[in-house]
Amino acid sequence: MCDSCGCNVTAGNRHLIEDNGPLATVDAGTTAVTILQDLLSENNLQARHNRQHFAKHQVLAINLMSSPGAGKTALLEATIDALKDRYAIAVIEGDLETENDARRIRAKGVPAVQITTGSACHLDAHMVHDALHQLDLAALDLLFIENVGNLVCPASFDLGHHRNVVLLSIPEGDDKPAKYPVMFRAADLMVLSKSELLPVMDDFSPTQAEHYLRQLANPAPVISLSAKTGRGMQDWLHWLTQEIEAHRARLHNGDNTRPVIAADGIRFHAAQRPSAVRLGPL
Amino acid sequence: MHELSVCQGLLRQVKQIALEHRATAVEKIYLQIGPLAGVEPALLQAAFPIASADSLAAQAQMVIRAMPIRVHCRRCHADTEASLNNLTCADCGDWETELLSGDELLIERIEMQTPQ
Repeated sequence: MCDSCGCNVTAGNRHLIEDNGPLATVDAGTTAVTILQDLLSENNLQARHNRQHFAKHQVLAINLMSSPGAGKTALLEATIDALKDRYAIAVIEGDLETENDARRIRAKGVPAVQITTGSACHLDAHMVHDALHQLDLAALDLLFIENVGNLVCPASFDLGHHRNVVLLSIPEGDDKPAKYPVMFRAADLMVLSKSELLPVMDDFSPTQAEHYLRQLANPAPVISLSAKTGRGMQDWLHWLTQEIEAHRARLHNGDNTRPVIAADGIRFHAAQRPSAVRLGPL
Repeated sequence: MHELSVCQGLLRQVKQIALEHRATAVEKIYLQIGPLAGVEPALLQAAFPIASADSLAAQAQMVIRAMPIRVHCRRCHADTEASLNNLTCADCGDWETELLSGDELLIERIEMQTPQ
């Protein structure tokens, strides 16, 4: 977040600090400092540092978010099976307790670092940085950060990653984007997972789920897949490989990239937003 | 759920600014929070006395300005009010809008007692 160029001053708050605005005056006996600094600036500074690590080693980092049990680990297992001969992959696992998910990933033959957060409901940039020290970034192409299963808090913390993927599993219901707007607004890609259940859970409408996502003004593509049967996996693998290539091309041009929405207000730099993130619906 | 840790981060920043101004006490902390920021103002208020205990800001009042959700329509160029789960244009109904306001999570201003 740039604090020196005034980019925290937005159309929403400019009137507050302009002449005669409520913040333009100072009470007697006290010193007032107008700041407009992001509340999460400590986290965001660390996130920027993490992003520099990734850029140095040409790693694409993907933040995978969903409710607990939506199938993040199963999707990662299937993805590793499909791509590990082509790309060097590693996973950072976030859970409140246990090494279970990291074990599942390691069984696929790729490095996995488990972060157990205790009672914390999300990963933050500092936790991810600690985990990065246990990985050889120079040997990697693709890093998945499997966030704590939670549709609320993980959306508010930038980890230094490049893309947000949000899973919505069929049993959860198609109105999740309307119920958890902060999370789904941050998605660069929405994956409808466990699609093998669509025939038995026919009250889930993928069209309706996409409608709720568009109501959040989010242009992210929507992919319906089943990690179990493999149906739809090609669309996901295609999206991933396209993102890896686009990321490398951007780094080649000295440009880094960020998720479509970052909690520290990427909209302030909308003019600098790479056009590649403005993906249309599939 | 993460408001206490957000509050602790806030106080670290406030402390830094207070030290820079050699303040003896922090009186008021003004924040801007939009509904799309993912932080609940009421929970942040509840966490503040816990996070600020034994600090320069222990007696400080936290004032939260709730920011409205407003969007700009790329199609019809209208600026309209929107709601948390419906960011479409209120004029033409199009979903290709940009957020003008509503995801703020900012320290707006701090008032401190300083040595004259």
